[in-house]
Amino acid sequence: MPLLEVHNMTHRFGGLRAVHQYNLAIEPGEVRGLIGPNGAGKTTIFNLITGVYHPTEGSIILEGEEISHLEPDKIADRGLGRTFQNLRLWRYLSVLDHVKMARYSKLTYGMAGAFFGTPKRISQEKATDKLGMELLDLVGIPHLAEEIVTNLPYGAQRRVELARALATEPKVLFLDEPTAGMNPEELIQMMDIVRRVHREIGMAIYLIEHRMKVVMELCEVIQTLNFGEVIAEGTPEEIRNDEKVIEAYLGKEVVF
Amino acid sequence: MTTTSVPVQNRWQQIRAALTRYWQPYKTVPLLGWLVAMLVAVGLEQLVGLPLARVLGMYKVPALFGAVVALDDPILFPSALLYMILIYFLPIGIIARLSKSITNKIAAKLVNYPLVVPAGIHLALMYAILFLWGDISDYRILVARLAMIAIILTLSLNVVNGYMGEFSCSHPGFMAIGAYVASSFTIVLFVTENQFGEALLPPEWGPFMFPIALVLGGVVAALGALLVAIPSFRTRGDYLAIISLAFMFIVKSLFENLEVVGGARGIGNQPNYASLPVVFIWTVLAIWIINNFVRSTLGKALNAVRDGELAATAMTVNTRKTKMSAFLFAAFWAGVAGGLFSHVLRYINPDSFGIRKLAEVLAMVYFGGLNSVTGSIVGAVGLSLISEALRPLDIFKWIIIPIMLILIMIFRPTGLIAFTELNVEKLFQPKTIENEGEDHASA
Repeated sequence: MPLLEVHNMTHRFGGLRAVHQYNLAIEPGEVRGLIGPNGAGKTTIFNLITGVYHPTEGSIILEGEEISHLEPDKIADRGLGRTFQNLRLWRYLSVLDHVKMARYSKLTYGMAGAFFGTPKRISQEKATDKLGMELLDLVGIPHLAEEIVTNLPYGAQRRVELARALATEPKVLFLDEPTAGMNPEELIQMMDIVRRVHREIGMAIYLIEHRMKVVMELCEVIQTLNFGEVIAEGTPEEIRNDEKVIEAYLGKEVVF
Repeated sequence: MTTTSVPVQNRWQQIRAALTRYWQPYKTVPLLGWLVAMLVAVGLEQLVGLPLARVLGMYKVPALFGAVVALDDPILFPSALLYMILIYFLPIGIIARLSKSITNKIAAKLVNYPLVVPAGIHLALMYAILFLWGDISDYRILVARLAMIAIILTLSLNVVNGYMGEFSCSHPGFMAIGAYVASSFTIVLFVTENQFGEALLPPEWGPFMFPIALVLGGVVAALGALLVAIPSFRTRGDYLAIISLAFMFIVKSLFENLEVVGGARGIGNQPNYASLPVVFIWTVLAIWIINNFVRSTLGKALNAVRDGELAATAMTVNTRKTKMSAFLFAAFWAGVAGGLFSHVLRYINPDSFGIRKLAEVLAMVYFGGLNSVTGSIVGAVGLSLISEALRPLDIFKWIIIPIMLILIMIFRPTGLIAFTELNVEKLFQPKTIENEGEDHASA
């Protein structure tokens, strides 16, 4: 049984049909890609699955349970972690605090612990510190733990986002254009990090990308989206040679 | 770059360098050293303050650092200044510097114990200073108590306006609820007077039941906050500001029309339970709990919600619960502050909790600094003292204080000490000597 299933999901913004009859099945440990021209509805699909919007029709099933009606924080808690296309970091928090924040739902010391600094709180905060440092190690920025995020270079900010998403203990990690705005060097580093994360933690990864190099190298299966509908699904090789995909990106060849 | 500006820059740099040089020895004075020095200074004032003031031509010890004296009678300005230097600046400076090797050693020993020990000793010293300073006149005790209540209020408002980034105007309302509930509780139970009749319990129990009265006031204020929070936290933006402002006025007119608690005449005869030590303990408690809260991950979730709600909720943060609990928490402390306030003044009326109170608390929060416990303490104490010190200026006080606020907003838009974390453990650390030249100077 797949880890995450989406059945016939449709979403309309008023009269605009953003996503139509979308289907998805992610197996544990799989790396999938989602590509498509600008405005095809890729980020909308991410937002629908992670609960930012609720789909007009269709169902989203995680480990056999319907989650399409849940709020984003509950969905994240159940194991769908994500990053954002345009970084959404918290400008006054340190790097380590970012990672710790993603443990919010796993902290059980409650308000009493927060107010009075009970032993339970102290031990849990310590454990979270340790976990946070491990994750920062994994993405290669342990030396930046105490920095405020706004002072960091762009590449490091992307890594903070990734570490933060990892701290929610995702079963499926949604990466929304993880290499957007990166230079070629940062791009290669980021791909290495994604590979390392996948190797060491082994969760399923679902990623949106514009750069074909990244998708083709990382993903086992790729879906192509155009105007909210899946027009092709297959291995990188199949997608590369699919006429519909070429048409969506480059336009139709007209022979007179 | 023009060459003409260089000499000016150099002169400024020289002055700055000179100041840093003079300040250098004091950088290594630990908090303990400052407290000991201040204790000696206020002790000195006890012993020789009055004779010295007489010699300098003042009929009594200047109550608030000479400001009131100097503003009342400008001719006495040099005497007030001299008094300040002789009683405060010189002794504090000399003793802090001379004792720093000893105080550093003691501080180094203290930090090895659990946090309670150094914290207790520092607090005891602070209280001793406050006690000796206040012993000179009742006016000083009143000012000190009101300043400490202002700290509780400012801190709790900072949780909402600073840490959470919403704009709440209902703090005077919560304060009023706390004040009226606590006052009614103590008066009905422990005071025999004509409004509420016979005391129901023996008055000796009163001081021990006072915490219950305060907590009760806080809890009822938090319930009031629930009324504001439910409609206004559905969305972000200006809704909270508008609803909370309305709430403040509703509470005020409610008490104006509630004859049981005296209506517009107000309510008096509160027993004298809010003495200096009691207010001191509650203030320390408030600072400790609020600081604990904002430094925990649950408290920092407020910052996450403020700086990016979508990201916060995607990172498992329950934004609604976070906002609600912080708002109720803030209202609770406003209620406690109100209860203390009513027992310090021993008379309240609905007018005490109007738009002027709101302006005062907001000014303290924004003056001291958003998102900062230290900032709130500085803002509350600073503005309370300034507004007391400028009292002789009458109406001009309300021109000078706003001008000060405008200047702060221009030069430091988020307040004096904003976006910092108060690390209590670090506060008690001994200050290590940074450079070798230092060592020679002290030897």
